[in-house]
Amino acid sequence: MHEILIEEKILARNDEIAARNRNALKERGIYSINIVSAPGAGKTSLIERMAGELKNMGLRFAVVEGDLEGDFDSKRIERHGVPALQITTGRACHLDAHQISHALPWVFGQDSIELLVIENVGNMVCPAEYDLGEDIMVTVMSTTEGDDKPLKYPAIFSASGALVINKTDLAPHTDFDMNRARENALKVNPYLKIFETSCRTGSGVGAWATYLAGLVKDGKKK
Amino acid sequence: MHEMSITRSIVETVEREMDRAGLARLDKVRIRVGELTAVEPDVLRFCFETSIKGTRLEGAALDIEEVPLTGRCRACGESFRITGFASVCPKCKGTDIERIGGTELDIVSIEG
Repeated sequence: MHEILIEEKILARNDEIAARNRNALKERGIYSINIVSAPGAGKTSLIERMAGELKNMGLRFAVVEGDLEGDFDSKRIERHGVPALQITTGRACHLDAHQISHALPWVFGQDSIELLVIENVGNMVCPAEYDLGEDIMVTVMSTTEGDDKPLKYPAIFSASGALVINKTDLAPHTDFDMNRARENALKVNPYLKIFETSCRTGSGVGAWATYLAGLVKDGKKK
Repeated sequence: MHEMSITRSIVETVEREMDRAGLARLDKVRIRVGELTAVEPDVLRFCFETSIKGTRLEGAALDIEEVPLTGRCRACGESFRITGFASVCPKCKGTDIERIGGTELDIVSIEG
């Protein structure tokens, strides 16, 4: 009996494909984000709101939608004049780099887009470990979920570059404490950029879209 | 539950290495799981045991080394265990902390 050393990442294969995705997107000058949240936090609503804001800034984008079943979300997004491709994951609780690699030819066929938005499956656990090749991961949480969410799901908050706290219009009807939520999020990840939005009223979406447009522009310079 | 797809990745890597080493059976698979990953060791162990039944890996134990969340102070160089996500150096009270452990998800070795 003897020990054979392997010493590699368990998800090495996923990471390899993610790196290829990242390079392919970069070559075409497309910035990409991977949006994650619990089910119902408002990922799709945020993308719908972003459609209007980014259009006003002259920034074209496409969306890849991950869901267990159905094409309800991609239909919602297409109504705003944004091209959307639905990926159904069947029973898988997250998107992986391989699925995104199959979506890229469609993405590259979209006319003059500068940004790819990937909407991951609603789940705050599993997507944390799967690099898709995006430039940043964006977590959405909502005021109806509790301000201790970052401490309960640290992996996803720690892997993200930005946090959007949605449903601010409902905050007065809950025990959600915005300051405590921000504190908890920054405790887990001191580098998080935090935005507060209400996708129902549209409040705060402009600031988020402006920040994102800045990232897209900076990404092009690199 | 992504522990199943993580298990699949482990099994693929192990089978590749067994082929390379010409191993017909296996005693142990050693992996490393950081505290800040979204992986639950007990669930992973269950998935592993379930999915190796009837394969060349049957009977192999999954040995999980759990790595605590660890930081290093950029000011004084002290390394310490981070608890409750508090990021203050216990030695010099510095707050510029680099995380040096806790996000591992590695396959270390196999024994057969």
